Amino acid sequence: MRLREESSTVQVGPEADVVMSSRIRLARNLAGFPFVGRASDAQRHEVLQMVTRAPLGQAFGGGLTWVNMAQTTPQERQLLVERHLVSRHFADSTVPRTVGVDAEETLSVMVNEEDHLRIQTILPGARLDHAFERARLFDQEIESSIDFAFSARWGYLTACPTNVGCGVRVGVMLHLPGLRYTGEMERVKRAAKDMHLAMRGFYGEGTEAVGNFYQVSNQLTLGFSEDDLLRRFTQETVPQLVEYERTARRMLVESNRPLLEDKVFRAAATLRAARLLGSEEATKLLANIRLGICMELIPDVSLELVQRLLLQVQPAHLARIDATATDDDKGRIARAALVRRALRA
Amino acid sequence: MKCDHCDKPAVVHEVVIKGGVTSEVHLCAEHAAQKGYQVPPVPVTQLLAQFTGQVPSIATPQSRKAAAPARCPVCGLGFAEFRQTGVLGCPGCYDAFMPQIGAVIERAQAGAVSHVGRAPVRLEGLADRAAMRSKLLQELETAVTTEQYERAASLRDRLKNLGEET
Repeated sequence: MRLREESSTVQVGPEADVVMSSRIRLARNLAGFPFVGRASDAQRHEVLQMVTRAPLGQAFGGGLTWVNMAQTTPQERQLLVERHLVSRHFADSTVPRTVGVDAEETLSVMVNEEDHLRIQTILPGARLDHAFERARLFDQEIESSIDFAFSARWGYLTACPTNVGCGVRVGVMLHLPGLRYTGEMERVKRAAKDMHLAMRGFYGEGTEAVGNFYQVSNQLTLGFSEDDLLRRFTQETVPQLVEYERTARRMLVESNRPLLEDKVFRAAATLRAARLLGSEEATKLLANIRLGICMELIPDVSLELVQRLLLQVQPAHLARIDATATDDDKGRIARAALVRRALRA
Repeated sequence: MKCDHCDKPAVVHEVVIKGGVTSEVHLCAEHAAQKGYQVPPVPVTQLLAQFTGQVPSIATPQSRKAAAPARCPVCGLGFAEFRQTGVLGCPGCYDAFMPQIGAVIERAQAGAVSHVGRAPVRLEGLADRAAMRSKLLQELETAVTTEQYERAASLRDRLKNLGEET
């Protein structure tokens, strides 16, 4: 499996102080086939062939790189998960499945996930418009040769009936330490729920999101157009959440600067001195350094470096960089050394 | 559907209506247990039990009384199996399990009962329902003559859906 040396999501995009990345996901199923869970392996293979052989235009360089998941190692699958190119469910599945990735690794297409196709685009920063356009372009190109299951009444038909309609998930990965440290997070979560928004942790580990990274996405997919959904996110939801977080950070500076500085400088000191570092601890500490950079407390480290490290400290990325990280214990040593080196430079 | 907190399949689904605002909880067995939900019973069962005959739905009073068929005639999925997993077997299940499926969608989508977004490109030019019907009929004929029976079944379902709207 050949992937880029570096994921494009480590780049610094618009509104990077709060918005890590923008993601669009479309759920589609081929007409004339059972959904993945009910299909035979022969039908699943047929779906794979139809999708991977569908002609694509120049916008996608004439085609995607298709990775047959059955031929990947556990470490390669983990790498794909860490880059958010595939879901954990897809990585762990045992059905015939493949993922297509474009040259920039900003578009990935999972074939035979819960639905036949999960088309996903991910871009750094607040760039939902661009992410949506790219996903829509792929959708339109592929459906010029393939019929999707569609009902005039319910829209695009999906394996789980709660995903019907436009089948679009619009999501942003947000860094919200200000709201967390000022005690406002629960209020924001309740408001998000009332607005039918899902708030999930970056690594899906319960309500206490590691590093205060949250993925915010729509729960509703029926009864409004894709353009309305996108407009709501780009003009209301994201600007509002960004403004809440910035206000919280300002409040933190004014009312509890020692707490802010302690979080940031303690993280910097620990990362520069640690000899053993787990991936979760590294994520939490790097997240606080990220906050320090955005608050102009750490002038000698770039945001891009921290974003790169946030990915490199994940197990599969670490093992790719440092061959000595063969198990958890050796990984902790390698991870600490990697971060020390990077922050010293 | 996945758990709100991790990538595992959700087995507990709860719809909460508070102050006129609907919100949902979807949890895997592990997170459900952590939050004090009893697992089993299986979630969609609860969701299904909640709506059947108890909440306003798109179903007419007459159709609401009608029991869902035991199996989808296209893919053979049993309704009981859907209740356990929350996942349908094929596009034909949407018709086979009406009106129950319609009510599930309505609840999950905060009352929305119809699609207003775009249609696939190949259908978009056929805004006129009759033209769309004619195109699908043509495709159905081709599918039958070339013995693509599953595709034919799917086309038939799409024609049925069109029929409901006209």
